[in-house]
Amino acid sequence: MATITVEVNGQKRVAEIDPRTLLVDFLREHLQLTGTHVGCDTSQCGACTVHVDGKSVKSCTMLAVEADGAAVTTIEGLAKGGELHPMQAAFHACHGLQCGFCTPGMVMSAVDLVHQNPNPTEAEVRHGLEGNLCRCTGYQNIVQAVLQGAETMRGGAR
Amino acid sequence: MSSHGMGVAVARKEDRRFLTGKGRYTDDIVLPGQTYAVFVRSPYAHARLRAIDTTAAAASPGVLAVLTGKDVADDGLGGIPTGWQIHNKDGSPMAEPPHPALAQGKVRHVGDPVVMVVADSKVHAREAAALVEIDYEPLPAVAHLPVAAAPGAPQVWDEAPGNVCFDWHVGDKAATDAAFAQAARVVSIDLANNRIAPNAIEPRAANGHFDATGDQFTLYTTSQNPHLTRLLLGAFSLKVPEHRLRVVAPDVGGGFGSKIFHYAEELLVLWASRRVGHPVKWTSDRSEAFLSDAHGRDHVSHAELALDAEDKFLALRVNTLANLGAYLSTFAPAVPTYLHAILLSGPYVIPAIYVEVKGMFTHTVAVDAVRGAGRPEATYLLERLVDKAAREGGTDPIGIRRKNFIQPHQFPYQTPVALCYDTGDYEPTLDMALAAIDYPNLAARKAEAKSRGKLRGFGISTYIEACGIAPSAVVGSLGARAGLYEAATVRVHPTGSVTVFTGTHSHGQGHETTFAQLINDRLGVAIDNVDIVHGDTDRIPFGMGTYGSRSAAVGGSAIVKALDKIIDKGKKIAAHLLEADVSDIEFSDGKFRVVGTDREKGFGDIAFAAYVPHNYPIETVEPGLEEGAFYDPKNFTFPAGTHCVEVEIDPETGVVQVVDVAIADDVGVIINPMIVDGQAHGGLAQGIGQALLEECLYDENGQLLAGNYMNYCMPRAEDFPRFKVGNHVTACTHNPLGIKGVGEVGAIGVPPAVINAVLDALAPLGVTHIDMPATPEKVWRAIQAAQGGAA
Amino acid sequence: MNPFTFHRPTTLADAINQMKGGNGEVKLLGGGQSLLPVMKLDLAMPSALISLSGIPGLDEIRAEGGRVTIGGCATHAAVAASSAVRGAIPALAQLAGAIGDTQVRNRGTIGGSLAHADPSADYPAAALALGATIVTDRRRIAIDDYFTGLFSTALEADEILTAVEFPIPDRAGYAKFAHRASKYAVVGVFVAKSAGGVRVAVTGAGPVVFRATAIEEALAANFSADAVPAGTVASDDLQSDTEASAEYRAHLVTVMARRAVQAAT
Repeated sequence: MATITVEVNGQKRVAEIDPRTLLVDFLREHLQLTGTHVGCDTSQCGACTVHVDGKSVKSCTMLAVEADGAAVTTIEGLAKGGELHPMQAAFHACHGLQCGFCTPGMVMSAVDLVHQNPNPTEAEVRHGLEGNLCRCTGYQNIVQAVLQGAETMRGGAR
Repeated sequence: MSSHGMGVAVARKEDRRFLTGKGRYTDDIVLPGQTYAVFVRSPYAHARLRAIDTTAAAASPGVLAVLTGKDVADDGLGGIPTGWQIHNKDGSPMAEPPHPALAQGKVRHVGDPVVMVVADSKVHAREAAALVEIDYEPLPAVAHLPVAAAPGAPQVWDEAPGNVCFDWHVGDKAATDAAFAQAARVVSIDLANNRIAPNAIEPRAANGHFDATGDQFTLYTTSQNPHLTRLLLGAFSLKVPEHRLRVVAPDVGGGFGSKIFHYAEELLVLWASRRVGHPVKWTSDRSEAFLSDAHGRDHVSHAELALDAEDKFLALRVNTLANLGAYLSTFAPAVPTYLHAILLSGPYVIPAIYVEVKGMFTHTVAVDAVRGAGRPEATYLLERLVDKAAREGGTDPIGIRRKNFIQPHQFPYQTPVALCYDTGDYEPTLDMALAAIDYPNLAARKAEAKSRGKLRGFGISTYIEACGIAPSAVVGSLGARAGLYEAATVRVHPTGSVTVFTGTHSHGQGHETTFAQLINDRLGVAIDNVDIVHGDTDRIPFGMGTYGSRSAAVGGSAIVKALDKIIDKGKKIAAHLLEADVSDIEFSDGKFRVVGTDREKGFGDIAFAAYVPHNYPIETVEPGLEEGAFYDPKNFTFPAGTHCVEVEIDPETGVVQVVDVAIADDVGVIINPMIVDGQAHGGLAQGIGQALLEECLYDENGQLLAGNYMNYCMPRAEDFPRFKVGNHVTACTHNPLGIKGVGEVGAIGVPPAVINAVLDALAPLGVTHIDMPATPEKVWRAIQAAQGGAA
Repeated sequence: MNPFTFHRPTTLADAINQMKGGNGEVKLLGGGQSLLPVMKLDLAMPSALISLSGIPGLDEIRAEGGRVTIGGCATHAAVAASSAVRGAIPALAQLAGAIGDTQVRNRGTIGGSLAHADPSADYPAAALALGATIVTDRRRIAIDDYFTGLFSTALEADEILTAVEFPIPDRAGYAKFAHRASKYAVVGVFVAKSAGGVRVAVTGAGPVVFRATAIEEALAANFSADAVPAGTVASDDLQSDTEASAEYRAHLVTVMARRAVQAAT
């Protein structure tokens, strides 16, 4: 067993875990943060995407012990004070989600994408989402949402 | 029109929980005392089970049970049933071999479950599963069509000689033969429709709980139709009466057909829970999903079209082999027959049609409905054939379609293959799609692409489909073992807010919004005061679920019927309060009004009076305001439209890029255009995925070669251009909303448009045929072969 | 996944000691983007994992003295974004920026990639074509001696790859035909022209990254896409799978080599 201290969504969490524990299992099973999903077993689908020290990672392909000392943000930590993050609001406004299963990972990737490239073109958004799969939307409204979310984020809303 | 009524692009009510990580999917549910199941699955496509040794597994830490097919048999569990019985040409019923929940005697596909391990944690269950020892005697296997039909092919079932499940036909053979004899020319085609995997991003999961004190079973499952699952569990597999069974389908992360069916794991977690005295949860991982979720398509067909000298279609003859896999899944026999063959008239007048379909067993995962289910196969076949007819005849692929369209004055139109189309108008969608893709300037775009070394091609598909499934008497006469009506209950609360209980299920379709819009439209109640409840057999009286683009057309119609009853009752209450005759009361904009006066009562006043019946027609009207309704559709609905695609091909590598997609659909009356467009987008992505990227490829020994996301190519955002989506509405004539359905049109219409575009691009090089998926290597080889190259 | 003990030393010396002192199969963990997927499938079952993520300085990137030196723990994202790499060897930055996807690039490391030596990975092509030197805790290994076969290298079991040194070429370019599903290279060709000549390395096509000597010779005479000869790599030695046959891969080597030359800067 290993003891880890991780700041999750701004809250310090200390836990004793089996070193085999994947970050996603730590979040879902130890912290009951079930918004982070698992859609594949080969690091392709991106449903498990969270931010570790501000960067998007696939939490199914990172050991929780590797997050010791890090700050992790999950979809549950994105909205502040009950107000949706501009990217969440854009997904809502643009119908960028259907079943909602890929959505948390998609939103987390989108936020990181805009942090890296605040004013992306449509082609850059499509390319930038290569690590996330969606089966419902055909991506069209997701792409639209990311463009709109980027615009709001540029406006200094957050 | 109210701001949240019919026809308005209302942002979805259900979004917030999904966007904030508060969705509640099956795997998110952890019950007190939760235990976990892992399945040991066959690595062989066909093998005899010589011995199973569970000793070491049973002694492994945390293990509660290690269960085999013998335990399933000893406990008297029923098999997994199929819901449709097809009859052969000679009238005899199809072969219907058993489907035990855990393999007994033999395994028949890679992934066939053999042993179930239940332990106190997922890790312990996995560790124990690795200790199960199974002695297999490998046997010859067959995975592919048409090999399965060849003499001497390995046999999947003793009770299905030649691997034939059914040998079925529809249409008039003599009339078709006669028409062919008169033809000026005949065009023929041989093609395969590739096997695909549904790939909802949420893998299947099931959590079964047996409560011994109440003798009650509860199943949380990733289902598109919890009542159907309960029906099949109750009557066939678990064999427990429905009142002791609760099936909950909470938030479900996409279905695309794969979550319609009753799967062995649903039965097994309930059964195991009774045995171990704890709730038992199983969650599939993606690789397991490829080996256990029903696949889709997998047809091989030969088709011939007879034309007269003016290119009018005279007759169509089709012979299809359909791969059903090793076991019959819930709807499997219906897909290549009643969802495929009877669609083969398309949007065209074809005076004579004859179709033969053989359903074949193979040592592969079951094949059943995947988004479109049979209709994509029909559309692909017909639209490839029509394009070939135009190309071979040196005529315009658009003109030949226009010339053969069923004309508006011909509706209702009886096809030679059972269906009667109630309404349609095909040319406007054709014109809209061609305009959207700027068809007149195609030549300039081709020339510009050529200057960049790319081959540009244009492809078209004009399709029709049948959905809004389905009139119960009709499908019953065709072999369905269930009715396909829908149910709804509308509960008006004393303060005028509304809860709707619908038997349909949303796994992305947005029912919580569209049905609220319907209530808003009919009752004038704000959508925030409407709750839509779905997915729980204890809360919803009954239902058949969501598939076959049926939720709005059938489920919505059931809601309308219930609303009509609410309004009728409200009128009686209003008549009493307004001291008028009930025949003089009208209801509009949320007000009951005495016709021709300003005397009125709001909907909320009537609801309140119904629950506080102080001044009330109590002698003739019961208190309360809640009504239920069942709606059985009178016919299928028939969405239709035109899909146009342009591709660019890199001739050096064979890579095909879809560069433009313009579609125009007639899906009937639209409740929420934003959601309807979203459904079209998703269907297009799956259809383009099938055409270019996706294939569940087996080798000849039945090993699945594309069994995870490292080798099964799922479409990504950059695989697509921005889709141009248009609608032209003709209202369905036989349901109260005029709705046809949109869930499947993209997956149905677009694949042949993509391949027709690929062939158009490659035509200058002499390529005349390619099968889906048009992968880079396949395209490159086609070019090499046409150019006389070594490849 | 089988049980393992986990160590996260904070100095290289500690890491070396833990590697030497480990019982059973001890594995180094970089970003885990290659190792964890195979561990999840039980294709690797180490008894101990030693993470390099706690050791400061192993992710340093610098360009000086005619070469670019990249610490073994530098992520693909860091290499792609590095102004030092973009200035000195733009093709290397471009290659790093096209590995996997954003999330993979944020975790995966150059050291992990080169130690894992996946035959379809991108970095081996750059390392071989640029004539890189692998720097370890105990020695320097010339790249020509480094790749020894499928998933195997000259690294000893307890040896730690600490950095990679890339000589700065006159021009270099990389072109990749990516597997549509996995994004790994079906065929990736890296061309590099420097005073010492032209080196062309091919990844994805064979069981191990290799140099295409016939193409090198042709490009040495005339460094242009048109000079790349067709059919110089025999399909006999190439991989065949559901994505691409050996014959198609052989064809793609020619096409990607031409495109790499076109892209070379």
